Amino acid sequence: MFAYCADPASLEGLQWLSCYLTTGTHMLFYASFGTVLLLLAITAPCALALGFAGALASRSRFLPLRWFGKIYTSMVRGVPDIIFFLFVPIALDQAFEWTRHQFLCDSDAPVRQGNDFIVCAAAKLPLSTSPAWVHDLYGIFLAVIAFSVVFGAFAANVLYGAMRAVPRAQLETAEAYGMTQRQVARRILIPQMWTYALPGLSNLWMILLKATPLLFLLGVEDIVYWARELGGAKTSAFAYPHPDWRLYYFLAILVFYLLMTWISERVLTRVTRRLSAGQATMAGEALRKGAAA
Amino acid sequence: MSCAQTITDYALRSLGYGERLLPRSDFDLCQQFVLIGSGLIWNVYFAFFALLFGFFLANALALAKASPNPWLRKPAEAFIFLFRGSPLFIQFFLAYEALVMLPRAGVEIFGLTVQTSWLTRAWAGALIVLTLNTAAYSAQIFHGALMAVPKGDLEAADAYGLSGWKKFRRVMWPTMMRLAWPAYTNEAIFLFHATTLVFFSAFPAFQQRGDSLYYASYFVDRTFNPFVAYPIAAGYFILGTLVLISVFGMVNRRLNRHLPGAARRIRYRPLLLR
Repeated sequence: MFAYCADPASLEGLQWLSCYLTTGTHMLFYASFGTVLLLLAITAPCALALGFAGALASRSRFLPLRWFGKIYTSMVRGVPDIIFFLFVPIALDQAFEWTRHQFLCDSDAPVRQGNDFIVCAAAKLPLSTSPAWVHDLYGIFLAVIAFSVVFGAFAANVLYGAMRAVPRAQLETAEAYGMTQRQVARRILIPQMWTYALPGLSNLWMILLKATPLLFLLGVEDIVYWARELGGAKTSAFAYPHPDWRLYYFLAILVFYLLMTWISERVLTRVTRRLSAGQATMAGEALRKGAAA
Repeated sequence: MSCAQTITDYALRSLGYGERLLPRSDFDLCQQFVLIGSGLIWNVYFAFFALLFGFFLANALALAKASPNPWLRKPAEAFIFLFRGSPLFIQFFLAYEALVMLPRAGVEIFGLTVQTSWLTRAWAGALIVLTLNTAAYSAQIFHGALMAVPKGDLEAADAYGLSGWKKFRRVMWPTMMRLAWPAYTNEAIFLFHATTLVFFSAFPAFQQRGDSLYYASYFVDRTFNPFVAYPIAAGYFILGTLVLISVFGMVNRRLNRHLPGAARRIRYRPLLLR
């Protein structure tokens, strides 16, 4: 990066370090922090939307839909989430390829032959002719879906509980005004539930934050991948030889996560305060009294 | 190969007994059930001992966090923040890399040579990480419960002339446990589920002795069929979770035995905690 980095072998001390930390692979390492943030930015709204749909489904008066919602919300309870993270991408990938196989291929050969899963070349996802970045993007896409499905189920649990926590009298009042069920839900239930949902949702955000290193298991080149790659001992065949430094790389990641949780905690505390304003809860009452005094 | 034969070959495979080689082709359902079940031994081992040691450590940490003495309070707060603020996955990596750096020949302490190589093995290293992790989460729960002990209980204890250790042992600690128990049950379930991470992080599975998810993913890698092995592992975990809930429910009933009708069933709410 710097002009004096041309010959790494002649460098010493801080200069060596500044060159070492700005190599091309290190830039990829720094970019992978962006991957983590991107995953968070996409997954959190998706999970919230899925959770909202799941919570509404499990309150539905249409029986099969309610069953679907109940099964979806309870599936994460007894099973470790990492099983879902391993299961969902493979299962989705095979489901996509199987569907494409039905439409795009004209062979009658079964997709499962013994221990192999075989689709014709046209049905492959992504196509074997597509460039490497498409493969990477597809991997991240599957990971986002896996995260959204699992955290959607968590969020559905929280939102379902929050909807039940809205005082019944509020809804009865709305009904007494002659609102339909739909109007009650839209005008009274949903605006009021957020303050009850917030503690659960902020916990969920923390869990999501701490689940992001699992991207590594899904084959995405994330921070854990690069920390292992860069930290491993480098012999003198490399431009920047060094002993096993993985400990320091993982320490850097640890600090990154501690910082993220620390910031999140502060922001969430403020949001909680904001949302309890004017609510008929203890926190809301405390705010009201504080303002009066 | 009959299923009985498979059981004798592979039931204790995760501990290193029985057949040395894992099945390589012609996987049948019986093999998958037996091997994944065999791996569950490790999950139960990690969960049991981490909860056992973590419980005592968490009590100490919760009391330290509630202490007015900053020399006790600050380290406890830092410990809890460190372990609750970072992913378990990263903690495993970090601990492994740190433990590997210990000198291979052992450490000299007061003329005695202490072997350290066993620390890098999963049964010890991962157990230490899991213990510290659950201790931090549980300490936060216990601290919250300790702060929620009703003032009237403490005044009653004073009125009876109890003080110091006796007051803590007879009044504060039982109430703290009673209040914390539902949340602690959730934490125990989370820990049980977190044990699946051990062999997917830094700790290598020595001679392919892994936990149930290790074997499940072994089968999936060989058969390209996630629809059999993962549901089997999931089924085992649902059973394990049910057992855990019933055991903790029994303790909950015992803790609340003096309160008629108070020993309600623990509702499992997975996320209101972490």
